[in-house]
Amino acid sequence: MTSGTVLARRIPWTLVVFVAAMVIPFLGSRYDTFLATQIAISALFAVSLNLLLGTTGLVSFGHVAYFGIGSYVCGILMKTYAVPFALALPAAAFGSALSSLVFGYFCVRLTRIYFAMLTLAFSQIIWAICFKWNEVTGGDQGLSDVPYPNLDWMSSIPFFGDFGIGDQFYVMTLALVMLSLAAMHRIIASPFGRMLTTIRENPERAASIGLDVRRYELAAFVAAGFFAGIAGALFGIFNRGVFPDFVYWPKSAEVMIMTILGGIEHFWGPVVGAATLVILNQEVTSYTEYWPFVLGAILLVLLFAFPGGIVGGLTAGFAWLRRKRRGPAGA
Amino acid sequence: MLEVRGLSKSFGGFRAVSGVDLAVAEGEIAAVIGPNGAGKSTLFNLITGHLQPTAGRVLVDGRDITGVAPHKICGMGLGRSFQRTNIFPKLTVLENVQAAFLVHRGQGPNFWSRSEKLFLGESEALLASIGLGDQARFTAGTLSYGNQKQLELGIALASDPKILLLDEPTAGMSASETHETIALIERIAHERRLTLLFTEHDMAVVFSIAQKISVLHQGRVIAHGDPSSVRADPEVRRVYLGDHSTGAPS
Repeated sequence: MTSGTVLARRIPWTLVVFVAAMVIPFLGSRYDTFLATQIAISALFAVSLNLLLGTTGLVSFGHVAYFGIGSYVCGILMKTYAVPFALALPAAAFGSALSSLVFGYFCVRLTRIYFAMLTLAFSQIIWAICFKWNEVTGGDQGLSDVPYPNLDWMSSIPFFGDFGIGDQFYVMTLALVMLSLAAMHRIIASPFGRMLTTIRENPERAASIGLDVRRYELAAFVAAGFFAGIAGALFGIFNRGVFPDFVYWPKSAEVMIMTILGGIEHFWGPVVGAATLVILNQEVTSYTEYWPFVLGAILLVLLFAFPGGIVGGLTAGFAWLRRKRRGPAGA
Repeated sequence: MLEVRGLSKSFGGFRAVSGVDLAVAEGEIAAVIGPNGAGKSTLFNLITGHLQPTAGRVLVDGRDITGVAPHKICGMGLGRSFQRTNIFPKLTVLENVQAAFLVHRGQGPNFWSRSEKLFLGESEALLASIGLGDQARFTAGTLSYGNQKQLELGIALASDPKILLLDEPTAGMSASETHETIALIERIAHERRLTLLFTEHDMAVVFSIAQKISVLHQGRVIAHGDPSSVRADPEVRRVYLGDHSTGAPS
């Protein structure tokens, strides 16, 4: 291990990113704050997927189900029943966790492509329910005008006095996202997280050191669902409404693209991927209507040139530079 | 200590293992030998729960463990290594062994402490005892083949097994690696008072350390006993004479 990586490990990155992202509302552009909110929520969703993809080695094509359930639970509670956000958010997170426990129970009984297809099948069932259950979900019209949580207390905090509701919501979102990321970071570094990586590396061997592989996979699935539920709840409010599109399979593909684009082997990879994709989407669609074409081209280059994603490519680049710099002395 | 009674396994119509009886006493070093395809690996997979037997029973300390899932069998004091190398390639050597300690000491469900420092001393000590002390921080997948097999042994030992099953521990090794590995296994088995059951194709290895040998041929035990009686057995000689020269016990 080099001194560079030791230093990089000591830095509390979650805090650094939080402080850096806190600057955005002070820059005064409502559009930037809007974009930053979307990035923060997408980042949380992508990191939660990576708990399965990068950490446990499980490919889920249906992660959007738990994002969607979070959106709908929070949206329905806040709009239809006027439940405060402080209760609606945990309800959304636990609702998502509970449904991922039920669906995951069946999914982890299958492996590889069969696992992936079953996750997709369950997510389509959830979509069909959201799409058709008019009385509760609003059917294809969805639920519009989900209210913002009451964040007036924030204006009594020094420096936050001038914040509009968009800024206030961003600050709260950022805090919740960073807390969730810190929790997931901690989970990955824990003994439980180590168990998940052994499953990713070699499930057969993991079983023969005494690990109940299915049970651990299910636990990872539930944790990922929990955090996806938080992301979904925030997204419904951010979007001022909850719609069946939130549960439709292209959103599963989108979050998977974010995760792979950023790099699945690094904790911050999906965050970088989410930021890149959201910003690119905004920039490119303002120049051309062929955004899917540009996205496809980017992905092609990425998968062949940087299979480790943006963060994987960068770390490999830095390692190469360090070796090169040290090369003459070391040789 | 370990007892196998009438164990059978059929794949479709093919009887890979049929009516095998085997008993290994506590602290004994026993070997299962036999030509390729004799059913040695299948027998191991039946004992460790990776395959379900069609008939027969497996007993550890008189306790029936037939058909128990592999992850539970590990907790009953039965450790194993695999014929093809079976490690966690992208983790470091240390993390490989540490993972096994974490599971064995019930830390697996702990999702809040940092895993890095847990059982660090024990993991390092174990690695040192199997001769991998200097390579603890290397990525496991980059080790030489022989070292990876050693690491596999280390992973199995971290669960503190009473019985250790080694499937071809020297497969694919050079002569010197084989020699070192066998010396290592013998020393570890002695130090930890392990009951050892292994399969092996190298007859020199088998006859140098095994106290009991069972010869498997076409899924059946055709001879059983101490090395000298097995060596003299006419049936064994007949089976092995048809085999290539290195396989013949001499």
